[in-house]
Amino acid sequence: MLDVTVSSTAPTVRAPANDEPLLVAENLGKSYGRLAACRDVSFELYSGEVLAIVGESGSGKSTLLQMLSGQLTPGTGSVSYRMRDGVTRNLAEMGEAERRFLFRTDWGFVHQDPAMGLRMAVSAGANVGERLMAVGQNHYGKIRDTATSWLERVEISADRIDDAPRTYSGGMRQRLQIARNLVTEPRLVFMDEPTGGLDVSVQARLLDMMRTLVSELGLSAIVVTHDLAVARLLSHRVMVMQGGRVIETGLTDQVLDDPREPYTQLLVSSILPA
Amino acid sequence: MIQMIDIRNAEKTFVMHLQGGISLPVVRNVSFHVAPGECVVLSGPSGAGKSSILKMIFGNYRCDGGVIGVRHKGDVVDIATAEPRQVLNVRRDTIGYVSQFLRAVPRVAAIDVVAEPLLAAGVVREEAQARAGVLLRRLNIPERLWKLPPSTFSGGEQQRVNIARGFISDLPILLLDEPTASLDAANRAMVVELVAEKKRAGVAMVAIVHDDEVRHLIADRLVDVTSFAAAAA
Repeated sequence: MLDVTVSSTAPTVRAPANDEPLLVAENLGKSYGRLAACRDVSFELYSGEVLAIVGESGSGKSTLLQMLSGQLTPGTGSVSYRMRDGVTRNLAEMGEAERRFLFRTDWGFVHQDPAMGLRMAVSAGANVGERLMAVGQNHYGKIRDTATSWLERVEISADRIDDAPRTYSGGMRQRLQIARNLVTEPRLVFMDEPTGGLDVSVQARLLDMMRTLVSELGLSAIVVTHDLAVARLLSHRVMVMQGGRVIETGLTDQVLDDPREPYTQLLVSSILPA
Repeated sequence: MIQMIDIRNAEKTFVMHLQGGISLPVVRNVSFHVAPGECVVLSGPSGAGKSSILKMIFGNYRCDGGVIGVRHKGDVVDIATAEPRQVLNVRRDTIGYVSQFLRAVPRVAAIDVVAEPLLAAGVVREEAQARAGVLLRRLNIPERLWKLPPSTFSGGEQQRVNIARGFISDLPILLLDEPTASLDAANRAMVVELVAEKKRAGVAMVAIVHDDEVRHLIADRLVDVTSFAAAAA
């Protein structure tokens, strides 16, 4: 803790256009029987901010992500989101169709396992194009052009556009999943262990790409990871979870360089030096 | 006189939970100020808390008491109590930090590492890269390296890339954590020149410098950190 190098590697937050939070979580909780998977989580996420949720398996971070992204109904508390028209809505009060539309357009969700976020048997171009059709685009040529340019942005050669992702490597699949999510220009992207299961060299490439995209597009993101290096590289703020609770929160470099809670100190000191 | 930095009674203690919860008091009653165009050098032996004080001003270390006032866009922000979002804004628009170590981001070219703070401040890419090139040249980084990621560079080259990144911005406050450590004479002289240019531009600086000659050349005032020592009483 005393011997660290200070520098912020996270993308710079752009000046906020609007000082209202994009997403607000209030007292979120979920229990399974007597087991409280997640308790009393409250925070605000602003436009352009990247928040990392860190903690070990079973700390409640995935349950929290599921509730935040409207895939799991909270046991207690609520999530509200500022829609594109500027009106902040409680997710629980939205209809299922409306929530699904939000999920397909203004939000992205990057799964740890790309097979969960992609349709493995259809072409890469169709995987990307499908989300565009969901927002009403129907011109085949334009959809294909947009898909091609997105594949290039995630460093997938355009001549692979007609191949199905099952013929792709793990790293390529993950990059395709990101392209599929970002093509509709969402304002908020949820990521669940986006680099988990990838080789270290592949992780570095993916992280660098995500960092660039987040900063260029001014995206907000909530990233669940057990990897503190991922949190350091991508996020502005971090929440540390243990036993279903948020035990420490703050600026990412502050929490990692000057951890206050015993568990956070343990996490930080457990990193193996490269 | 408007102060850019005004610190009053700041203090810091580390509590090491993995070592049985022992308390390590680092500094206490830290009070000093820095005016525009002034370079204040923190002096004192290793372990006196100089680096911790810089990190507290940057918001990298938490402050356990007192006030760290920083002039940010005409207002005073207390870094000790500011929200994370506010600290990020202060770092984008007001305070830069130059350390001797580069935390290299994989695959980003040296010229882009240096240009990034300008891009974040809204400068167009061509101009940002042109200014990055000028600084890299002044710090003797050969042009054939500019397109390569600095993770492949020698330690000294990485350090100079980091210095270029720190000095490229037009931020009104710079924190310098041993910027000249292990540099050769020519590059040391260049850093002294860069500091002088920043002073003329009205930038307020707080520096840690172990090299006596460099300290003599850049310091307008010394602040002795031993007087802030919070020895475990």
